[in-house]
Amino acid sequence: MTTARWNRKDLLGLRELSADEINLVLETADAFKQVGTREIKKVPALRGKTLVNFFIEPSTRTRTSFELAAFRLSADVINITASASSLSKGETLKDTAKILEANHVDIIVLRHSSAGAPQFLAERLRSSIINAGDGAHEHPTQGLLDTYTIREKKKRIEGLNVVIIGDILFSRVARSNIFALTKLGARVTVVGPSTLVPRDFEKLGVAVSYDIDKVLPTADVVNLLRIQHERQRKEYFPGVGEYIRLFGLTKERAKLLKPDCLIMHPGPINRGVEIDSEVADGNQSVILNQVTNGLAVRMAVLYLCGGIAT
Amino acid sequence: MMKTIIIRNGRIIDPANGRDEIGDLVIANGRIAEQSAIRDSKSAIAEIDAKGLIVAPGLIDMHVHLREPGFAHKETIASGARAAAAGGFTTVVCMPNTSPVADNPSTITWIKDRARDTASVNVLPTGAISKNLDGEELAPIASIVQSGVVAITDDGKCVQNHELMRRAVEYARMVGVPVLDHCQDYNLVGNGVVNEGEWSTLLGLSGWPAAGEEAMVMRSILLAELCDHHIHCQHISAAGSVRLIREARGRGVKISGEVCPHHVTLTDAAIQNFDTNCKMNPPLRTQRDIDAIIEGIADGTLTILCSDHAPHAGFEKEVEFDQAPFGIVGLETELGLFIDILVHQRKAISINRLIEMFTIEPAKLLKLDAGTLSIGAKADITLIDPGREWTVDVSKFESLSRNTPFHGWKLEGRAVRTIVRGETVWAL
Repeated sequence: MTTARWNRKDLLGLRELSADEINLVLETADAFKQVGTREIKKVPALRGKTLVNFFIEPSTRTRTSFELAAFRLSADVINITASASSLSKGETLKDTAKILEANHVDIIVLRHSSAGAPQFLAERLRSSIINAGDGAHEHPTQGLLDTYTIREKKKRIEGLNVVIIGDILFSRVARSNIFALTKLGARVTVVGPSTLVPRDFEKLGVAVSYDIDKVLPTADVVNLLRIQHERQRKEYFPGVGEYIRLFGLTKERAKLLKPDCLIMHPGPINRGVEIDSEVADGNQSVILNQVTNGLAVRMAVLYLCGGIAT
Repeated sequence: MMKTIIIRNGRIIDPANGRDEIGDLVIANGRIAEQSAIRDSKSAIAEIDAKGLIVAPGLIDMHVHLREPGFAHKETIASGARAAAAGGFTTVVCMPNTSPVADNPSTITWIKDRARDTASVNVLPTGAISKNLDGEELAPIASIVQSGVVAITDDGKCVQNHELMRRAVEYARMVGVPVLDHCQDYNLVGNGVVNEGEWSTLLGLSGWPAAGEEAMVMRSILLAELCDHHIHCQHISAAGSVRLIREARGRGVKISGEVCPHHVTLTDAAIQNFDTNCKMNPPLRTQRDIDAIIEGIADGTLTILCSDHAPHAGFEKEVEFDQAPFGIVGLETELGLFIDILVHQRKAISINRLIEMFTIEPAKLLKLDAGTLSIGAKADITLIDPGREWTVDVSKFESLSRNTPFHGWKLEGRAVRTIVRGETVWAL
């Protein structure tokens, strides 16, 4: 057990967390995971607290997961999307958030297309700010649930070879995974087209490779990222066909993997692009475990931060 | 009314006349006068004690945004002029990206009239290269020049069409004004908001690569050669740009470059908390770039210092990093920052050279009747205390805007009095 204490009102990213703090979240999530298996899936930890899911960028899975997590902690929840908020009438993010605070909202879960938006709010509001993904910066709860899933299946993080494949440059999931896993002692390799995996990533303490067939045989975990068509200008790579040929986790390539290598994906999946359908549904895949664990991890985060907020 | 002033016992540094000596400077009728004017004066003589101070020609900042017409909530010509005076500047050159854009004689005439009526320092407008700064067709450059601009530029934007730029430079040569180029290749830069490198990677912010500036600096060099006319590269931020300009100047190409204080005092590490007061265009880069720029200043590759004073209201900067406008205010901090970093800390240049870079260098480039203490010249004078320690405090700014990353910085060196045509327009 870690002896770390939690004293953050916000969860903005994993870069700023210590290994002890990360472990504390994971251990707290262990306790909450049990709750999900009970007949009564609800605990009173955040009873009387109000949580706003403030999603300025579209999301189904993350928003649903946070909403369920809040329900299970007995918090009151409202959802706000960009089109339904005053942002669409030209109100600034600061003003919209100040309105929420004036309504005594305790926790704001923010998804935003601009890097740094959660920190911007955290510096200005007393409410807890939970980053549910900010641009290409961080998606800390995804990084935590991926780490949780690896730890649950492999019983450790230290010394594992974790390979993250795909669009690293534009991926907040990649960054949060890199920060958490390297702090806990994993060896992380990022793989993808050179345009989407710049060498600058080496400065984050990871290896950069453009040869997927070389890194797969020693991998303990393979985490595949979606190729995000909507973010990319077409000069980043010549087309989906060539991407699959170079970097797709096809059935044939999956044979290079160790039998106990975990296959992960934060979703949503483009079947037949970054991963073959059979591989995504195969027995090495822990994609649905990630979803289940996401709920427990988000309960832990809301519980820890919600207890600090004033 | 005849008025005579004597500035006593200052260290008079007048690069235009190769002068650096302790002495008295006499002003009569708003102009620099012979010592004999004191004897001949029929009215009272005002005295200014300049012991321990440098008496320099009024400083010139050839790159500021005064926001009027169109954005008077950020700055007005009057408030920008007060900020200039408080920074030690007697002449500022304002950029044409106002609303309406200064791409026509009537807007330029409006700016000049407004400056005459409201500004405490000399305000010299520039005109646009292209209509509405769109980079698609030439603005009426000859008419603009006749209405009284000192240069043409699309600053804030960059003409991407090399052919259009070539014709603009040829045309500018005919009408006798230099071309100022904000060097930014739109394809390479895309929607970049910070230097492309370690910090953009770490923070997931879109990168603005140094090559996006260097490619256009190279374009300017090629066109300056092709057209045999002067192109001045604005706000140099990258080591590669310094190297290109050095090589070209060595061959006699009519190319020059300017430096802003933030590009020699801050690196892109300053953006790590998403502080929008560290968002500028071109962006803050690396220590390697800073070192190369300072080397370029020391060896004469980069000849001009300026602020790129870019006021924005607090509410405009207090938004998500991606959405914040680029730029910071600079008029009231630049002299202190440059003296502190270039003269005191890095010892890259002498105070004399620094004064040259703020006086005869821009005066020569823009053919200004300014920047000298010659007998008969307009008495635009800046008194500088190069050893004075002070702390930047935005609450004391004359500018309407407060967007600066330098609040709280302790600096050594500043202006203490600014005199325009013999009148003290600001004193500490």
